[in-house]
Amino acid sequence: MSILRITNLQIDVRTQGGPRAVVDGIDLTLERGRIHGLAGESGSGKTVTALAILGLLPESMTTSGSVVLDTNDVDTELLGAPRQVLAGIRGRRIAMVFQDPSTSLHPQLSVGRQLTDHMRHHLKLGKRDARDRARALLERVRVPDPTSALKKFPHQFSGGQRQRIAIAVALACEPDVLLADEPTTALDVTVQAGILQLLRELVDDAGLSVLLVTHDLGVMSAVADEVAVMRAGVIVESAPRQQLFTDPQHAYTRSLLAALPGSKLEESPEALVAELLNATRTEAIE
Amino acid sequence: MGETARTVRASHPFLRYAGRRVITSILLVIGVTLVTFILTNLVPGDPVAASLGQRAAEDPAIVAHFRAEYGLDKPLVVQYFTYLGNLLHGNLGISTTTHDAVAADLAQALPATLEIAIGAIVLSVVIGVVLGTVAAYRRGKVSDHVLRVVSLAGLSVPTFWLALALYYFLYFKLHIAPGSGRLSSDFNTPHTITGLYTIDALLAGQLDTFFDALSHLFLPVLVLTLYTVGLLTRFVRTAVLEILDQDYVRAARAKGLPTRTVVWSYVLRGASIPVLTVVGLAFGSLLSGTVLVESIFSWPGIGSYAYQAASHLDLPGVMGVGLLIGVMYLLVNLIVDLLYGILDPRVRLA
Repeated sequence: MSILRITNLQIDVRTQGGPRAVVDGIDLTLERGRIHGLAGESGSGKTVTALAILGLLPESMTTSGSVVLDTNDVDTELLGAPRQVLAGIRGRRIAMVFQDPSTSLHPQLSVGRQLTDHMRHHLKLGKRDARDRARALLERVRVPDPTSALKKFPHQFSGGQRQRIAIAVALACEPDVLLADEPTTALDVTVQAGILQLLRELVDDAGLSVLLVTHDLGVMSAVADEVAVMRAGVIVESAPRQQLFTDPQHAYTRSLLAALPGSKLEESPEALVAELLNATRTEAIE
Repeated sequence: MGETARTVRASHPFLRYAGRRVITSILLVIGVTLVTFILTNLVPGDPVAASLGQRAAEDPAIVAHFRAEYGLDKPLVVQYFTYLGNLLHGNLGISTTTHDAVAADLAQALPATLEIAIGAIVLSVVIGVVLGTVAAYRRGKVSDHVLRVVSLAGLSVPTFWLALALYYFLYFKLHIAPGSGRLSSDFNTPHTITGLYTIDALLAGQLDTFFDALSHLFLPVLVLTLYTVGLLTRFVRTAVLEILDQDYVRAARAKGLPTRTVVWSYVLRGASIPVLTVVGLAFGSLLSGTVLVESIFSWPGIGSYAYQAASHLDLPGVMGVGLLIGVMYLLVNLIVDLLYGILDPRVRLA
């Protein structure tokens, strides 16, 4: 069942020589309970696509096409939606996790505050209820000692823990869609696996739909159900993971795959997942 | 075990931070006394000539007696420690202009200056933060350009000219503002508690005195505010623009928080540290830069006192003012440092 339908999305950036397309008419449908990978090199338009869904593009960019959120059989067009509509969707229906948790969490606000302020706003929770929920969320993303973690500040956690906190913040209002923009790129390889495993669990348990934006096909092969490969603003190939990694159709996809270290991947992506997941123990100790 | 030890050691990180800052400040105060003392002794004026009349200064016996009495025949190091000892007893010497104890003079002048300086800084921060934030949010639009021109004008207009112009129009011509001084002549000074007339009048329950004192604050505060507002608006705009570009602001918007929460809790909190630094500096220069404004409005504050002492080569007076301003700067800096610790956990918990 689809939850988010992107149709013919076009994003132009205003330049001195007139508008230039950074995303040139892409179609993408996110299903419930699945992880959709959006792969491609930097500058291919992956991140602006994610930002466009939430209406967070800089003013210098304009959009056309359609992004429809389908919750409880109510379709909401997000592109060009009035501010009040977007305000009710951001963080509530569609949440976002950013690349670097050391910059996406406010250094001067406690973890508890950042976990609860949007919950209290969207869900109209009291202080105590929001705290209880925040504690449960931290437990769920496996941040140790949630009660004292709420009082701490982001700089008192490791990079991996910070990204777990950022994911907890994104999940706080039980959104339907999670946009994850390079959520593991700023992290150590061993920590990456733990975060990916967590994403997988959340999708399987909560029926969340994830748009995973990354340039890292290794990461993609580990968790994505469907993969779309983007290049210069267009989706060149889109297929289920197994098919894309074993039988790539487009030359660009093949060249990306060839650039991956280790031929193991082509035979079985699961082997890499297992390898990555093995490394999680290291993080659990930290 | 290790866990407990760490908790104990980290129990009051802010107090440890504050303690370090206070100790640094005390050392700096000693430095300030040394600088004031040396500078004053380098002045090419002879305190003997300045303090004694010309005839007395020509009589070697009187001069020798004077030098012995004031310890001027002792080595400079000994003189410095005598000076320090006197300072510890709150003795700043006797002003040769007012013939009163400098400490008592300053105690009377300081609240007058504080009253206009505090009024100006509070007003400037409120206006500057609002205008600067608006300008940053409306970057490149008409309102941004208008605000830039206005703040530049506030910075460029000479204070003394502005003071005279406002005084002329608002008092002489339009009779909107009251005349010079801290109170109209038909009001009595309220019983001194803080030395700030507005506060003292309120504490004494004298509402009419309060409003009169407040109206007298209007012009000097306005003149001082216009300059500081210009400075702060421009600075806040730059600081806010930098913060608006931060990931955590984008993340706050992605959380669907209302704009006012994003601005107050995320943007302005992020900008608070650089802005606080400038506010501290601005307040320091307000305290020491009121000479012209105080002269024009006959405001009996530190600026007027400094002007009077300097023009009469009143060395104890000049030293007293120098020391007081130095200490006030350090105090403002100490407060700013402590506020850093409150605003930024990375400073407090480092």
